[in-house]
Amino acid sequence: MQSLPLGKRPPVLDMTNVTKTFNGDVVALRDMNLNVNSGDFISLLGPSGCGKSTALRLVAGLSTPSAGRITWAGGQSENDLGVVFQEPTLMPWATVAQNVWLPFRLKGKSYASVKDEVLEALRLVGLEKFLDAYPRELSGGMKMRVSIARAMVTKPRLILMDEPFAALDEITRFRLNNDLLTLKAKIGCTVIFVTHSVFESVFLSDRIVIMAARPGRVIREVSVDAPYPRDEEFRTSADYAALCREASKALQEAMGEAHA
Amino acid sequence: MSIADRQPLYDADDLRRLRAARFERFGKWLLPVAVMIAMIWFWDRVVMWNNIPHFILPRPGLVLETLIKDWAMLFDALLVTLQITMMALAVAVIGGVGLAVLFTQSRLMEMSFYPYAVIMQVTPVVAIAPLIFIYVDNRTAGLLLCAWLVAFFPVLANTTLGLNSADHNLRDLFRIYGASRWQTLRYLRLPSALPYFLGGLRIAGGLALIGAVVAEYVAGTGGIGSGLAFRILEAGYRLNIPRMFAALILIAATGVIIFAGLSFLSHMLLRKWHESAVKRET
Repeated sequence: MQSLPLGKRPPVLDMTNVTKTFNGDVVALRDMNLNVNSGDFISLLGPSGCGKSTALRLVAGLSTPSAGRITWAGGQSENDLGVVFQEPTLMPWATVAQNVWLPFRLKGKSYASVKDEVLEALRLVGLEKFLDAYPRELSGGMKMRVSIARAMVTKPRLILMDEPFAALDEITRFRLNNDLLTLKAKIGCTVIFVTHSVFESVFLSDRIVIMAARPGRVIREVSVDAPYPRDEEFRTSADYAALCREASKALQEAMGEAHA
Repeated sequence: MSIADRQPLYDADDLRRLRAARFERFGKWLLPVAVMIAMIWFWDRVVMWNNIPHFILPRPGLVLETLIKDWAMLFDALLVTLQITMMALAVAVIGGVGLAVLFTQSRLMEMSFYPYAVIMQVTPVVAIAPLIFIYVDNRTAGLLLCAWLVAFFPVLANTTLGLNSADHNLRDLFRIYGASRWQTLRYLRLPSALPYFLGGLRIAGGLALIGAVVAEYVAGTGGIGSGLAFRILEAGYRLNIPRMFAALILIAATGVIIFAGLSFLSHMLLRKWHESAVKRET
């Protein structure tokens, strides 16, 4: 699936001046504006405490903004979201297939009626042979793949990922980065990806939203002008190195501005 | 030469581990059995050396003889006690799980009634039992009530803990997917609670037996349809010490069998996924 160039994609979600405070005075996120368009791969990049996870929880509807609006283009629907947490967050008592079936199951669909989708999702993450395995039998990377399969099995409008690969070793993380991009190319999903790794955000996304802490806020947005598909070759290319340098510099400047 | 060409090579650590594993495997069974045989032998000797009369302390052989001779009567009594125990356990499971679900679904209910569940638990059943038998005419119902009072709390406490320990991210996920209260209970909270519930059940099994025995002591009426505890009382009045021992052995064996049965049930239900029941490969 060929993605449209930035700026020509239909909108999915709009955050307007979103602020979140706790107990009235702790500002977790201040005046965040973000337009998410179909097919975007957006990274929220910043140090801990910059409100990136708060932003994700707001979009997920797990907490409500203290001020500002979050609007879904065309209104909210049943199938807006898929989520991948930092932990694989699988049900240990259920098999891989049952875990991936969960989003459908909660919508009242029998396994038989969605078996094809479940199998397809597991095939896309390369785990079609592990249908009947229990999570504890899988490695950390494989568990994360199941989690990704579960998030995309319903083909939601937006997939939220909260530092999904932070706990994995670097070799596994690189492989999952590659696979995630392959997956995105195949199913054309829209992703908001929270990370604190400059390299990961540059490799994966076409837009990087740089955030700062105390109070959590957006400093600036950087677009990554490198065409997809990106693969191992891209990871070792001079282009990638240059883009990482650029993003690091932007992050540093942003941090500098934030402290000034 | 590659590693694959060689004979399997065991170093000192491997050998030590193998020895420890073998010791573990046989020792687990052999040692307790050896201790039991030694104890019985010592018991027998003590009686012989001191010429203790059998109505004070019978020899083990006599106890065994009595167990066989009185088997019909003792077995009937065992069935009665077992029936009360099992019924009490069943009601404890229904009541304990039911209350736990109610408490976790409604904070109002929990705040209102949890203190009373605790009060019921901490008041000794021996103290309540006489009152129960004044107000409850049906003897079986009275026994059941006593045994239930003792057995239901561990089920309630453990199941409540389990229902509340469902993974937070999974709860968020269920919320995001718009799961109903019932779906969250059925697909998330109840499975999360299962290991905790089974732990409580194992304790409750033993307590139900204790409750049934204590209640029988208090109820005290004899005749047809009385349980093991009453047989012990009755044999005591008649100075039939061998029968007291025989009945005691049956009660202890029952307790062990209940515990083993519930442990096995727990293992079967959890062996696929829970850390407590999964064998480690290393």
